[in-house]
Amino acid sequence: MTPHLPILIILPLLLGAFVVTLCGLWRPRSAFPLAILAVGASAAASIASLVETARAGAVRYALGGWAPPVGIEYVVDGVSAFVATVVAAVALLVLTATRRMADREMGDRPGLFYGAVLMMLTGLLGIVVTGDLFNVFVFLEISSLATYALIFMGGGRAMIAAFRYLIVGTLGGALYLLGVGYLYFSTGTLNMADTAARLPEILDSPAVLAGAALIFAGLGVKTALVPLHWWLPDAYNYAPSPVTALMAPIATKVAAYAMLRMFLTVFPAGYLAEATPVATVLLVVGLGGAVAGGAAAFAQSDLRRILAYSSIAQVGLIAAGIGLASPLAAAAALFHVMTHAVMKAALFLAAYSVRYRTGEVDIDRMAGLGRAMPWTMLAFTVAAVSMVGVPPTAGFFSKLYLAQAGLAEGLWGVALVVLVSGLLTAAYMVRILERVYLRDAPDGGSAAEAADPPADMLAPALVLASATLVLGLANVPIVTRLLVPAVGP
Amino acid sequence: MLDELLGRYPYWATAVLMVIGLYGMLLKRSLIKKLIGLNVFQGAVILFFIAGSVKAGATVPVLIDEGATDPALYVNPLPHVLMLTAIVVSAATNGLALALMIRIFDGHRTLDEREILERPART
Repeated sequence: MTPHLPILIILPLLLGAFVVTLCGLWRPRSAFPLAILAVGASAAASIASLVETARAGAVRYALGGWAPPVGIEYVVDGVSAFVATVVAAVALLVLTATRRMADREMGDRPGLFYGAVLMMLTGLLGIVVTGDLFNVFVFLEISSLATYALIFMGGGRAMIAAFRYLIVGTLGGALYLLGVGYLYFSTGTLNMADTAARLPEILDSPAVLAGAALIFAGLGVKTALVPLHWWLPDAYNYAPSPVTALMAPIATKVAAYAMLRMFLTVFPAGYLAEATPVATVLLVVGLGGAVAGGAAAFAQSDLRRILAYSSIAQVGLIAAGIGLASPLAAAAALFHVMTHAVMKAALFLAAYSVRYRTGEVDIDRMAGLGRAMPWTMLAFTVAAVSMVGVPPTAGFFSKLYLAQAGLAEGLWGVALVVLVSGLLTAAYMVRILERVYLRDAPDGGSAAEAADPPADMLAPALVLASATLVLGLANVPIVTRLLVPAVGP
Repeated sequence: MLDELLGRYPYWATAVLMVIGLYGMLLKRSLIKKLIGLNVFQGAVILFFIAGSVKAGATVPVLIDEGATDPALYVNPLPHVLMLTAIVVSAATNGLALALMIRIFDGHRTLDEREILERPART
């Protein structure tokens, strides 16, 4: 069983995508439980691989029995097992909450929706576990195509948002592929570990530099780094509720993981930071995005748009952690990947519970919801407090580690931006919470009659919100036992 | 110098195609022209891979004569296979994009991006 763990993360999702689509056409009711089963199996394999890598190191799997570097290799090491666990577990929790939303917004063909969701997760987790540069491109396109279709299901403005994302996302994929081409013609291999072994001899080559720049430009589009972020707010805003709740916590984070993988595995240590401007650009763009995204979030009044711009800001912090290119910063970035996935999932689930009950997405019309939907708003508040970075939530510790990593490099500006971004987050979160808790519901408004959503929507949001507290309190073992050994010296 | 420049004409073509593709994607208002721009850009990437794997005097990597095992006789098939995959991906993207466009056209009776954003859909 153990040697097959890498493929077992992918197989349930890939097979599930076809089974769920077909069974959904035959028996619409069967789509949801089958999808849960597939994601659950994948999450179980991810957790098993996390335990296994912590115990005995990386698990390598030669696909089809073709030994790498000729064949495609899947590698689950500490970093990919951690990210896979975060992605699969958060996706599972969010998916359990989306049944009612999907029933309402997706009409009578849930099989197509859940099939596309599983295909998206196949692509995202594929990027996480693969050890092959070209395979990353294939999985990137699988997840992207499924995502375009899912966004498109929103109809109306979502259709044009999906088309714009399709153009810019495919452009990003093509840039990544071109970068891989430069590396391939320089090294003659596509295997990540093999590339890393061959690159040190030819580091002076301008082709390697061009390859690195193109790869990061392509992944930057997918990560929604400022100034390549403009597709994201419309896509998150107009996509159907369950789609945004599913992709917002994990999709951009997986692209950020692919960037980190380039730093950790593909390019020799220090090359991207010293011989190329890539790391510096990531740091500057990430920190700039953290401030710009926070400021833009403050200017919005649609709750989904606030959360979308907040995603851009938080991904900026992750990119800054990657750009610092030190082991501590990489661990901080990974911790923030987990933290942000958990709290953004809780926030979006709470936001969509409000939409489910009242139909409202504008924060000016959410007055009095604190009394009408106490548990939903409790989940929202805990996640929001974590997003701001108040101890002892996980959000506080991920920002603390990032600031520490910046100070360790002598860059006090990083700590300053982390602080400013926390203040900006506080500004837009307080703006929401003030309306929710301190203002009275207008008479006759839909907010006055609202109540907490059914338990199957509420429970995942509460679990995710309490997870921000638990993960915050458990930050020391997570970072020292899992992340620091995983990113290596 | 001139030979150097002319000898690399496939790469110049790649660069020119990329600029044309970017122009179409970013500046054209018609969705269909944006998609054409995307295809031109992807074509440039494919051309880059194919041009990079050219090997003078070599043939397809199929062993016909038992004695002919010298690797210099054969072209590396991997870049071509990669591009087959990229073409399949591109076909899937085109299929999806065209399906999206049919639905957008049904709703708006136009594929002009500016008009679509100004007018709400009728559905």
